Amino acid sequence: MTRYSALSLIRQGFAGHTGWSRAWRDAAPQDHYDVVIVGGGGHGLATAYYLARNHGLTRVAVLEKGWLGGGNVGRNTTIVRSNYLLDANAAFYEHGLKLWEGLSRDLNFNVMLSPRGVLNLAHTDAQMESFARRGNAMRLNGIDADLVDLPSIRRLAPLLDTSAEARFPVVGGLIQRRAGTARHDAVAWGYARAADALGVDLIQGCEVTAIERDGTGAVTGVETTRGRIGCEKVGLCVAGHTTQLADMVDLRLPIESHVLQAMVTEPVKPCLDTVVTSGAAHCYISQTDKGELVFGGDLDGYPSYAQRGETALIEHVCAAAVALFPAFSRLRLMRTWGGIMDMTMDGSPIIDKTPVPGLYLNGGWCYGGFKATPASGWCFAHTIAHDHPHPLVEPFALDRFARGATLDEKGVGPTPVLH
Amino acid sequence: MMLIPCPWCGPRPRVEFSYGGPADRARPADDAPLEDWTRYVYERDNPKGAARELWRHGAGCRQWFVLERDTVTHAVAASHPLPGAEVAP
Repeated sequence: MTRYSALSLIRQGFAGHTGWSRAWRDAAPQDHYDVVIVGGGGHGLATAYYLARNHGLTRVAVLEKGWLGGGNVGRNTTIVRSNYLLDANAAFYEHGLKLWEGLSRDLNFNVMLSPRGVLNLAHTDAQMESFARRGNAMRLNGIDADLVDLPSIRRLAPLLDTSAEARFPVVGGLIQRRAGTARHDAVAWGYARAADALGVDLIQGCEVTAIERDGTGAVTGVETTRGRIGCEKVGLCVAGHTTQLADMVDLRLPIESHVLQAMVTEPVKPCLDTVVTSGAAHCYISQTDKGELVFGGDLDGYPSYAQRGETALIEHVCAAAVALFPAFSRLRLMRTWGGIMDMTMDGSPIIDKTPVPGLYLNGGWCYGGFKATPASGWCFAHTIAHDHPHPLVEPFALDRFARGATLDEKGVGPTPVLH
Repeated sequence: MMLIPCPWCGPRPRVEFSYGGPADRARPADDAPLEDWTRYVYERDNPKGAARELWRHGAGCRQWFVLERDTVTHAVAASHPLPGAEVAP
């Protein structure tokens, strides 16, 4: 592996960029591994990397049915943040944000973290009260949070319609300044390259068709479209399709799959240098480094495994974006796409062992998978290596529903479409 | 836009309807064991492909009904009134 640096860039510049080595090997499956990770997205690749780096497990394979990073890690709106109310979520996502802050150096790959701030808009006094509560909870957990007034918001986002005549009049907001965006594809590629360098086999075009178990029920391997692969442990990182894998071992889950859409406009000159979200308008919006405005909103509203959504939702999200930023009404929409979300019954993820010995579950990420990538990989690798949940993910246990210990950030109950 | 055949009003645009969870879930008895209630409240079949779901025609006749639908292609196969509901004349 060529180490990326300013010096290597200059050297390659003089050599016509002909000397770069492949970022990772195109590995063929071996007969046996210590750990097989199913799913070559952000979480699977991060898990494999931390298994090798933190726990010395290098006989690890990542099996991906499509291509690396072709799922939700390449389909999100690239926002990273840790502005959560509940202690368990705050601690986990803050661990993640700290990992994000050192990730480019750690992986020797520029993930283009841009801590440009995430601003949540309040449109009513009651919402300001709830933001004050969440901001205080964040500060008590050691996370930065600032309640901002209208003049500050006008400085942060000059194009935002803050007039009294606005469709959603703004009264204030809550900002986490350390939050922001990261280049989503680079996160997948960075973890893939770093895991490969530590000896992890990344196997693409390899779909798991069955999970093999012995007489005691313990996992002994997986059947794939590229043959049988033996292993001691299997980790599932296939959010969106977790149910299909769990069905192979008759494990019923508190998950419903939904499609979430996102979209980008044509690129324009820099005009928005923070992430702006509005719960009332159901819209979150930021500007990419290429200049496109990227935004998203709610789920389509009914279970779906189609990686595309309906036009009514696109219209709704565009209407919200234009209500917030009237100037954007003149931009043309360039692309829309959809990703499949594991929506859990309390809106929080699941990282845990399962009742099947040797089978570990990482899923149920709802909307929040991308920002969780480093923390998820870190904690899931620990859970697999030690056969015991990492302390940060003990609250994300699968049996929390049976125990009544749900982590319901929005307090809406077991109606996944509302989380 | 998807057209959904309301058993009472006929084919109407999707936005008039809302999804209300899987159909055919049997509510446990009040004194059923906690495991049964956990399964009923939280666990889902989450089928990929053919599904039977409860939908409500909120912007129309406001009736609940059962919709047979494919969760991959979004093709609608059929809709039925809830058991016990009288069929519209």
